Amino acid sequence: MPAIPFAPTRRALLVGSGVLFAAAQLPRPARADGRDPRFLAIVLRGALDGLAAVAPVGDPDWLRLRGDDAVARSGDAAGLPLDAMFALNPAMPTLHRLYSGGQATIVHAVATPYRDRSHFDGQNVLETGGVKPGTLDSGWLNRAVAALTAARGDDPNARRSLAIGAVAPLIIRGPAPVLSWETRRLPPVSNETTMRLLDLYRHSDPAFARALEEHIGIEAIARAGGIAAAPNGTAAAAPPGRANPVRAYFAEAAGAAAKFLAQPDGPRIGALAFDGWDTHVNEGPLRGRLGDLLGALDDAFGALADNMGDAWGQTVAIAVTEFGRTARINGSGGTDHGTATVALLAGGALKGGRVVADWPGLKDAELYQDRDLRPTTDLRAVLKGVLRDHLGIAEPALATAIFPDSAAVKPVPGLVSA
Amino acid sequence: MYRRPPVLRSADKDEQAAAMARDPEQAALALHRFGFGPRRGTIDAIAGDPQGALLSDLDRPDAGRIDDADLPSSDAEFRAVFEFNAARRAEAKLARTRPGGMAAQDMMAVEADAAPAPLRMPPLPRRIVLSEAKARIDAARDAEIGFVERLVWFWSNHFCVSLNTSIMAGAYEREAIRPHVLGRFADLLLAAESHPAMLLYLNDAQSIGPDSVAGINRDKGINENFAREILELHTLGVRTGYTQKDVIAFAKVMTGWGLRSPVTDPDIGGRFLFNPRTHEPGAQTVLGKSYPEGGVAQGRAVLTDLARNPATATHIATKLAVHFIADDAPAELINKLARRIRDTDGDLKEVAKALATAPEAWAPQQQKVKRPGEWIVAVLRAAGQGSDIGRIVGAARLLGEPLWRPPAPKGFPDSNAAWLNGVGERLEIANAFAEHFAPEIDAAAVIDAGLGPLASAATRQTIAHAESRPQALTLALMSPEFLRR
Repeated sequence: MPAIPFAPTRRALLVGSGVLFAAAQLPRPARADGRDPRFLAIVLRGALDGLAAVAPVGDPDWLRLRGDDAVARSGDAAGLPLDAMFALNPAMPTLHRLYSGGQATIVHAVATPYRDRSHFDGQNVLETGGVKPGTLDSGWLNRAVAALTAARGDDPNARRSLAIGAVAPLIIRGPAPVLSWETRRLPPVSNETTMRLLDLYRHSDPAFARALEEHIGIEAIARAGGIAAAPNGTAAAAPPGRANPVRAYFAEAAGAAAKFLAQPDGPRIGALAFDGWDTHVNEGPLRGRLGDLLGALDDAFGALADNMGDAWGQTVAIAVTEFGRTARINGSGGTDHGTATVALLAGGALKGGRVVADWPGLKDAELYQDRDLRPTTDLRAVLKGVLRDHLGIAEPALATAIFPDSAAVKPVPGLVSA
Repeated sequence: MYRRPPVLRSADKDEQAAAMARDPEQAALALHRFGFGPRRGTIDAIAGDPQGALLSDLDRPDAGRIDDADLPSSDAEFRAVFEFNAARRAEAKLARTRPGGMAAQDMMAVEADAAPAPLRMPPLPRRIVLSEAKARIDAARDAEIGFVERLVWFWSNHFCVSLNTSIMAGAYEREAIRPHVLGRFADLLLAAESHPAMLLYLNDAQSIGPDSVAGINRDKGINENFAREILELHTLGVRTGYTQKDVIAFAKVMTGWGLRSPVTDPDIGGRFLFNPRTHEPGAQTVLGKSYPEGGVAQGRAVLTDLARNPATATHIATKLAVHFIADDAPAELINKLARRIRDTDGDLKEVAKALATAPEAWAPQQQKVKRPGEWIVAVLRAAGQGSDIGRIVGAARLLGEPLWRPPAPKGFPDSNAAWLNGVGERLEIANAFAEHFAPEIDAAAVIDAGLGPLASAATRQTIAHAESRPQALTLALMSPEFLRR
């Protein structure tokens, strides 16, 4: 029987749901040399497995740790070559193209100061810029905007910062006003959320489990859960021609951000968040669920570059995550909460085409607490380097208001082309 | 799993004290099953006597009514939309015929492009629907328990009308349903069947007695729809012994029931009108009883007898038990409710009391899936957030329960099978809600406020291990205990 007698089109529901608010004036972070820089922060919530995204294929211990389902230097699982040590996940050809053109930089073995393994707390530290969770109410990017405002409060070329999504991510929330924009589609439900719900239903409510399974469709379950995986560990592919809502959402959100940032009178600083990176079960780094997510992120970078137009040359975007994942695969084909990971930078303003890493090694003794990639670079050093050299924010402000108690963390120099 | 202790009827002080022991689990169950789910603090507030709290909800003065001083009457809404549509037709015609003028559709397209949707004033019919919807949602969201509001929703669905037929659906609920949900079934029946919204919905306004003055002059006849649906859906129930002859005779009885025309009565158009000119003259025999000619009184007499028919008691007792308790509701419960209906001459307050105090109604298993609208209100109550009526109405539509637009006169279905399939859409709504409100709402607090002791260990664990605040909130709102009642 038709259970949904009057299911409307998605569009019918969402007309009018796009919102614009809090459009207060902020100064253009213009620089004396005539540049008009743009900056976009992309928060990857759930903890991205940096080793699966950017694989240390030149490390002799890599394949020992990750086994068959790992990005390799050659063969079926070959990554896209970056340098002698690293290869990019093959799901990210756009980022690789940008990298080859000097417009992308990868920082590896990077972490925030947070060393425990709670998502909520880790995201809080990542987005507030604090040393500990729960100590700051605002996001570091908002305070960076405020610092620019203080410096140029009477600048007639006023600008705003921008948040993409149903709600502004914490990273950009705070006293400095934020313009917020929401895509017209409902935000997609991540596979991770769906699978966790399905687990709960299978445990306690078979009727709902059956209904949810039917809703997802058997192919999609295979994709999300790695069920009916092919012999080499990759999940069955989605039927051709079926739109991937996550991919579409990532690309639409990033493309919209780019269009706003590109406008002559538009905002110059933006933030958006992509969920779903918590890959505890059947991670599928190649053609499985993490591969899909990385492909969606790759599309987002592509949409940014495509929609930024001439402003791409003055743009830096950085994708950051709260922490990494265990170096070893766990008992269910996934990885658990870890420590160091990657930061992915893209933009025409970068002096790119290189992997910035003080590589700690993957021998058991070299792992952090005998389980995680050891952090050797403080993420705040990377962010400070970009904020100082790209947006022109002075070091004292970076070491106090924006990243409190971080004077000892020196900005990474030379990320942006002079 | 928790089992409820037997209700103590003894006057013995110690036993009474034992019965009054605080029971938060029973309180949470009462709020979900009979109300619209807990709000922060309500589980605790009624834990001393959950059943007594339900009975008190029925005893509130003006229970069922809402403050609708700002809302127009159904006939005023009807006339306003009539005028609105007439003016639109005139504008469209002018635009078509004026030299060089744009076609009306083009004008609307330009207007739609010119301003972002939120800034445009919605057209009059949508404003009316949204203000009526807001009154309904506010009443459910703000109620302490919401038992009476649930009864309003139940009876409104039992006697459903549709916005597809007239703008009056929201006002109809206020005027015909709300005043009678704790009154007599016969009065509720009469109020519903004589309301212009119903007479339009079931085509009685177009039904003309073949031997009436108008019928003879215009060569028109009866429309059986109204009579058939009253018998089948509103009173006796399907296959309860009435025949096609009964349907026809009853349809003739109900001819003449209609409404004033907004064309000829611009000041009171849309109000009920009994028109002797279209009423079939003479006595009619319905279910073996002859009803003498008496104009509108003839129909009232049939309706009064239908309300008292034992088949009606069984029919509505079954529907109540299925709605509140289980798809396969216990026969003892149905019998108990039907007996109460018969014994009290259809006193719906007494029936509600019988439901709330029946041991069969308190099984700890949450057997029913909340209907989409109930779940949406439960989300608003547990989260303490969310008031955009446009989004609320949109969500109900996406979930397959568009407000006041039932798929058929039977109303929205009440079986789990009908609503389980919508779980994917619920997940999308929960996810969107969580994305929007997660910064302000803690999932653990929602679980404590909205489920309390009903939350299973598995649910709490799933939420504790969520990868983000939005995911935790989504999982809380989609937990089986929260989806069911």
